Amino acid sequence: MTRSTPRALRGVAITAAAALVLAACGNGADDGDAPDGGEDESTTDNEGDEPTTDDGHDDALGEGGEITVWAWDPTLESVASDFMELHENVTVDIVNVGTGDDQYTALQNAISAGSGGPDIAQVEFYALPQFVLGEALADLSQYGASDLDGTFTPGPWGAVTQDEGVYALPTDSGPMALFYNARIFDEHGLDVPETWEEYREVGRELQDADPNAHITNDTGDAGFTTSLIWQAGGHPFQVDGTDITVDLADEGSQVFSEFWETMVDEELVAPVSSWSDEWYQGLSDGSIATLVIGAWMRGNLESSVGEASGDWAVAPMPQWEAGASATAENGGSSLAIMEASQQQELAYAFLDYATVGDGVQTRIDEGAFPATVEHLEDEDFTTVEFDYFGGQRVNEVLADSAANVVEGWQYLPYQVYANSIFNDHVGQAYVSGTTIAEGLESWEQALVTYGNDQGFTVSAE
Amino acid sequence: MKPRRGSLERPRRSPLLTVVTGIVLIYSVVPLLWLFINSTKTQSSLFSSFGLWFSGEFALWDNIVATVTYNDGVFLRWFGNTILYVVAGAGGATFLAIIGGYALAKFTFPGKRAVFAVVIGAIAVPNTALAVPTFLMFSRLDLTNTPWSVIIPSLISPFGLYLMWTFASEAIPTELLEAARVDGAGEWRTFFTISLRLLAPGIVTVVLFTTVATWNNYFLPLIMLRDPAWYPLTIGLNSWNAQAATAGGEAIFNLVITGSLLTIVPLIAAFLLLQRFWQSGLAAGSVKE
Repeated sequence: MTRSTPRALRGVAITAAAALVLAACGNGADDGDAPDGGEDESTTDNEGDEPTTDDGHDDALGEGGEITVWAWDPTLESVASDFMELHENVTVDIVNVGTGDDQYTALQNAISAGSGGPDIAQVEFYALPQFVLGEALADLSQYGASDLDGTFTPGPWGAVTQDEGVYALPTDSGPMALFYNARIFDEHGLDVPETWEEYREVGRELQDADPNAHITNDTGDAGFTTSLIWQAGGHPFQVDGTDITVDLADEGSQVFSEFWETMVDEELVAPVSSWSDEWYQGLSDGSIATLVIGAWMRGNLESSVGEASGDWAVAPMPQWEAGASATAENGGSSLAIMEASQQQELAYAFLDYATVGDGVQTRIDEGAFPATVEHLEDEDFTTVEFDYFGGQRVNEVLADSAANVVEGWQYLPYQVYANSIFNDHVGQAYVSGTTIAEGLESWEQALVTYGNDQGFTVSAE
Repeated sequence: MKPRRGSLERPRRSPLLTVVTGIVLIYSVVPLLWLFINSTKTQSSLFSSFGLWFSGEFALWDNIVATVTYNDGVFLRWFGNTILYVVAGAGGATFLAIIGGYALAKFTFPGKRAVFAVVIGAIAVPNTALAVPTFLMFSRLDLTNTPWSVIIPSLISPFGLYLMWTFASEAIPTELLEAARVDGAGEWRTFFTISLRLLAPGIVTVVLFTTVATWNNYFLPLIMLRDPAWYPLTIGLNSWNAQAATAGGEAIFNLVITGSLLTIVPLIAAFLLLQRFWQSGLAAGSVKE
């Protein structure tokens, strides 16, 4: 077993083995009909300038084997079983080792231990830089992933690419939109807001009409805050290798903090944490009347808030400037191949199937929101009428949002940690006299200190 | 509750004591009641009804069926795992505690005081504090993510050993053992035919303690196991709970609640069945014979 082999040595062995496989592919690749739509253009291997084609999947598929995928996305189960039906000597083992942070902890443990990790892991966009920096993920451009430029919408593609490398393929995306409870809006004669200014106004009207109802909920959510700063054109995190600038008081951040401060001060937001049972209850009975959230929420509402079927509708995300159409991403995740995987070729074949091949449609059918331009523009997709949303063509709105995500956003290479301490700093503003701007400043300081302790060169603007 | 013999001497009622007992009773029964009431509700009526009373259709049976069939019946697998961990872990722990405690109580050998110190010391260290070192050790042994990583640490119950030790020294008269030896019985025969029977109440107590500890164990399997196929119920139910908090995840609070109810049923049954022995066990040794 290689378990006792020191890690560095193993790395060498894997690289050597991979080089052999690649060389073999370069020579013996035929024009096999790739069942999963893989392109046939030859690409250049990163390390040795060995020309190769991604027809290598076929060889790997022919050889077969077993790959382990750590993922919590429930739709991947069907994708895996379809894939195994197509390739009978391949076994794809989907293991749910926990959701989000739990899984990252397990992954980090496996990486440090040098064994016990999966071949493929589901990683959310905000967590990707951390694993890329730790050199835990394989650069997929060696398997032809760079050719997929333009296949995905800009937001997700920007999230998985870094310095010429492609470190994962997006499985879903979270372009933001305004989900609102149309029944409550009708009941109180409220207009659907187009700007944040109007949004706040609607919140006040709703509060007057029904003191128990709130326009939205928030107890300090890092993902929501960064997404809104993103939409406002802020770039609080700028990463260039290990040089990082953190500026949570830039123009975009200020626009957000000043606005949201009034929302909190006037108690327009419900003091309910997202994803709690209280939150689900609010979504069900209408006391949380809107959510500005990622497109995947459509599926969550359908599967988990059945009681409110027919109440909800979707509108474009409120704008900071009237008439604009800027949006941001909220959530969204990808599948990455571990550098330590012994079967990267085979793993890539599955990745290709699940993220750009037939697997995408399977996942859409089960309620996932895709990241591929082709599917987002597909009329079959945009014209679906959802009974849950009173027959609305919800995907039209959501796909539109996907196309309008503000480009150039970056997360920190230690965003998982950053988000985990968000509430210690910014969360204060929701329960005490401090302001959100002060909270962001304190968060910024903590992030600068932590980053420098970790060996980055971090400066505050 | 039945009045105990000892309390008959003080027939005067204390209102304060009644109130305090009442509060304790409510404190322990209300969560159970909540659990039962809410396991009869559907996912949607859970969100729209008062927590402490029935509402909507009576969906207990539907919930149970959904719980045991969800995700290809993984709940039953977890149930089986928990039983495996309890039988192998708690069963083994009880067995080791019995023979260890008996030996320490009835035999003299060099180093007995040192053993005593180690056992008392081990009781003082909380299990949670030992979990991470245990993980590192098992990781080196390549045993993490296997059932062994849960069973082996569960075999150690310093408290059970100590309990058996004190119990054995009180419940088994040394004269009886001496008589057996004079009659020519070997130590094993004496142990199995005489001592084990006298120890029965103590054994039941240790069984109850180790069973509850293993059945409810959360932290150890949490850090040891990665493969849901080996999860015990505690970890499995928590992973269902976490499922509600993710994009694309389906909130199944009704299954989490029903699953929790099903999880505690065997424990309640064990307590009701063994309580009789347990009571006599606690009283033993308190009266001079």
